[in-house]
Amino acid sequence: MTTNDTRIEVDPNLPTLRIIRDFDAPPDRVFRAWTDPDLVRRWLGPRETEMRIEQWDGRTGGGYRYAAWRDGEELARFFGSFHEVRPNERLVQTFTWEGAPDGVSLDTMVFEDLGDGRTRVTSTSVVESIEIRDMIVSSGMDKGVIEGYEKLDELLKAG
Amino acid sequence: MGEDRLSRVFAALADPTRRDIVARLAAGDKSVGDLAAPYDVSLQAVSKHIRVLEDAGLVTRGRDAQRRPCHLEAEVFDLMTGWIERYRRQAEERFRRLDAVLAELDAETDEDDNRGAA
Repeated sequence: MTTNDTRIEVDPNLPTLRIIRDFDAPPDRVFRAWTDPDLVRRWLGPRETEMRIEQWDGRTGGGYRYAAWRDGEELARFFGSFHEVRPNERLVQTFTWEGAPDGVSLDTMVFEDLGDGRTRVTSTSVVESIEIRDMIVSSGMDKGVIEGYEKLDELLKAG
Repeated sequence: MGEDRLSRVFAALADPTRRDIVARLAAGDKSVGDLAAPYDVSLQAVSKHIRVLEDAGLVTRGRDAQRRPCHLEAEVFDLMTGWIERYRRQAEERFRRLDAVLAELDAETDEDDNRGAA
């Protein structure tokens, strides 16, 4: 398998985050892996966590809700709406981490046919402020959430 | 870097004028007067922005009593580059798993093709 690099673009003046990645599969298959819950749970979500999908209606106007579990413990919960599901071309959805319920990211995934059975996915997220965008980039749900809980534990013990 | 410091860095960089000041300091040290020149605001307002950047540890002031040139603390930006790289690696891990899922789909679809369902 060839190595496809993941590119991250962080605009200094806009609260956006862009992730670009090529895949060795045609758009219909990549799109399916992005929208079929049985496939999504196999790759989305941080490393070594289990993604428990509670709701998934992958149609325009539909929505989703899932939780991330590790070692029998729920780490985080997420939900959002499918604003537009345009097969094999474009996926627009909202994304909220329940730990910051007022925050919402608008995510647009564009599936570009590169020919040759390959697909480029450009994912653009728009959040409320540059500050929040920087926090998303710097924390990474994976580590940040756990460390946050550990700190809370310590605080509660000390109190 | 402690969490308080991190919040101060984020707050400092949330302002477009301060981001612009930081970008210009990346090219070299400058006095407050130099920094204020292109903006349509008072020297005082620019000084205030610089104080916020100083409090966040992004900028230090030289000892020269007259000019006290502003200096960008470059290691802070190495840190930000590091964050982006870590985020990129997390995305890359996720996409490697997706690569594996797609490779399996390939095999399944070949079976579908044999049934004439493609």
